[in-house]
Amino acid sequence: MENVPLIFEKSRKGKEGFKLSPLKVPEIEVSKTLGEDLLRDELDLPEVSEVDVVRHYTKLSRMNFGVDNGFYPLGSCTMKYNPKINEEIAAMSGFTELHPYAPEELSQGTLEIMYDTQNLLAEITGMDYFTLQPAAGAHGELTGILIIKKYLENKGEKRTKIIVPDSAHGTNPASANQAGFDIVNVKSDSEGLIDIEALKTVVDEDVAALMLTNPNTLGLFEKNILEISKILHDKGALLYYDGANLNAVMGIARPGDMGFDVVHLNLHKTFSTPHGGGGPGSGAVGVKAFLRDFLPKPLAAKNDEMYFLDYDIPYSIGKIHGFYGNIGVVLKAYAYIRSLGAKGLKEASEIATLNANYLLKKIEDMFDAPKDALCKHEFVVSCKNWKEEYGVRALDVAKRLLDYGFHPPTIYFPLIVDEALMIEPTETESKDTLDSFADALRKIYEEAKQTPDILKSAPHATPVRRVDEVKAAREMKLKYQG
Amino acid sequence: MSNIPTDLKYTEEHEWIFVEDSLGKIGITDHAQEELGDVVYVELPEVGDKIVKGEPFGSVESVKAASDLFAPVSGTVVEINEALIERPELVNERPYDDGWMIVVEVEDESELDDLLTPAEYKKLVEGE
Repeated sequence: MENVPLIFEKSRKGKEGFKLSPLKVPEIEVSKTLGEDLLRDELDLPEVSEVDVVRHYTKLSRMNFGVDNGFYPLGSCTMKYNPKINEEIAAMSGFTELHPYAPEELSQGTLEIMYDTQNLLAEITGMDYFTLQPAAGAHGELTGILIIKKYLENKGEKRTKIIVPDSAHGTNPASANQAGFDIVNVKSDSEGLIDIEALKTVVDEDVAALMLTNPNTLGLFEKNILEISKILHDKGALLYYDGANLNAVMGIARPGDMGFDVVHLNLHKTFSTPHGGGGPGSGAVGVKAFLRDFLPKPLAAKNDEMYFLDYDIPYSIGKIHGFYGNIGVVLKAYAYIRSLGAKGLKEASEIATLNANYLLKKIEDMFDAPKDALCKHEFVVSCKNWKEEYGVRALDVAKRLLDYGFHPPTIYFPLIVDEALMIEPTETESKDTLDSFADALRKIYEEAKQTPDILKSAPHATPVRRVDEVKAAREMKLKYQG
Repeated sequence: MSNIPTDLKYTEEHEWIFVEDSLGKIGITDHAQEELGDVVYVELPEVGDKIVKGEPFGSVESVKAASDLFAPVSGTVVEINEALIERPELVNERPYDDGWMIVVEVEDESELDDLLTPAEYKKLVEGE
């Protein structure tokens, strides 16, 4: 496949993709109505015809790799297949043509779905109230932490610290820092779980909350969660649940029952809407009842006659998204939850976990991995032995997988594992797919022994070969410089 | 095996310090640069800033990750390595030499006693 020139390089002076009918009224200079100062001419937009545009972007889309093309085991990202019925429902004109300023009487259908989704998510997670406003996971984290901050301030407490484990998603400390907190790291023990003794030494009256993912980024269930919860709550601190890994425990264990006070969910991951392209997503945030009055305004609510938007939230942190959030994503999540039902969601988690364990068993002999350990919906293996014995790194393995037609797993995360490959197969993959992925890894393992240079210069079958990440990061060019 | 010069003191977070006439030159170790991979950005404090032992004084970013730089001692920054702004790769190429990061006026030299000796640091690196 050949490389595709930029749309800017296709530009030819004077080419246009549109032709308007002649005006029946006299033409007026834009500068006269808008004002000279608001006009600028330095924008260097490409001049191309319609067919140029269509061919260019169709070509690009064919070079793309998504869950509709193949296996995409990107750890901690839950790249499951998104059923097309979700798209159909979200595209129904009753939803898409509703204006956000339409009166409540004319918006009953959408309000009902918002209200029901809030309640369904509350039931799935064991929380009491949900806001659907946050645009994605990290935005949900920030919202959740701001709720905790406001709650503590309202109690007259000035707590300054948030604890995150060393295996946490990078967004956790970033969100807490954005909300004005100092970050305290807590180490993992030799099993990969939070070190309880280390935790006890850092929890004091200055700690606002602990942010935790359960199962954690190593794919392990924090089995001491009730004790962790007690340690935090005894000091008046709260417990925050990063829902990135909820796909392992739906219908089996609920964050609310584990003692979490605030959770965010990535509806676009767990509840199956397309993601990975920069949005839109939905980072719905759920809280226990004592935090209800701090949620963003408004919540979807219901009285005897109708559904409505409830703005009566006395200590609300305010609005954190235009209107009511990314409703299209909420609709798809609703369709997904309703089509699977309680039993189906539980089965999805069971199969996600079964798939991960099956794949781990098939490949663990090739890697530095804790043998005979069970994982949840994802697992981490280390290419440390590949590096030491054959000089091949996790990055090389990831690049070579592209040649075999697979999206690579997450690499170099979590940071506590050397040369990490983080693999999350999800429940929507068949045994055949898992087998062929395991076979590809085994072939690559043999290549690492026999012909390591094939790995080090991979990928070979993609339109763009090995990119120079160092140069890209050191000499950033963020726009076309023609 | 990574290089661990014998005339330096080390932190558990992989910084080194070389002290002469109350001035401490600080950087990250060979092991640290190796673990980080290609460094693409170094964020340093300004001359005149106070740094506090054990607290972050800057950060270093590689293709793989961003990490805080922790102060081995408390003191006042008297010089920073401006060359790293244009050429962060110096940290990879010569971590103990051209890849140094800051020079501080050390407040209390007894703080150096808590730092790791080359032998202790070697043990830490090998244990990882």
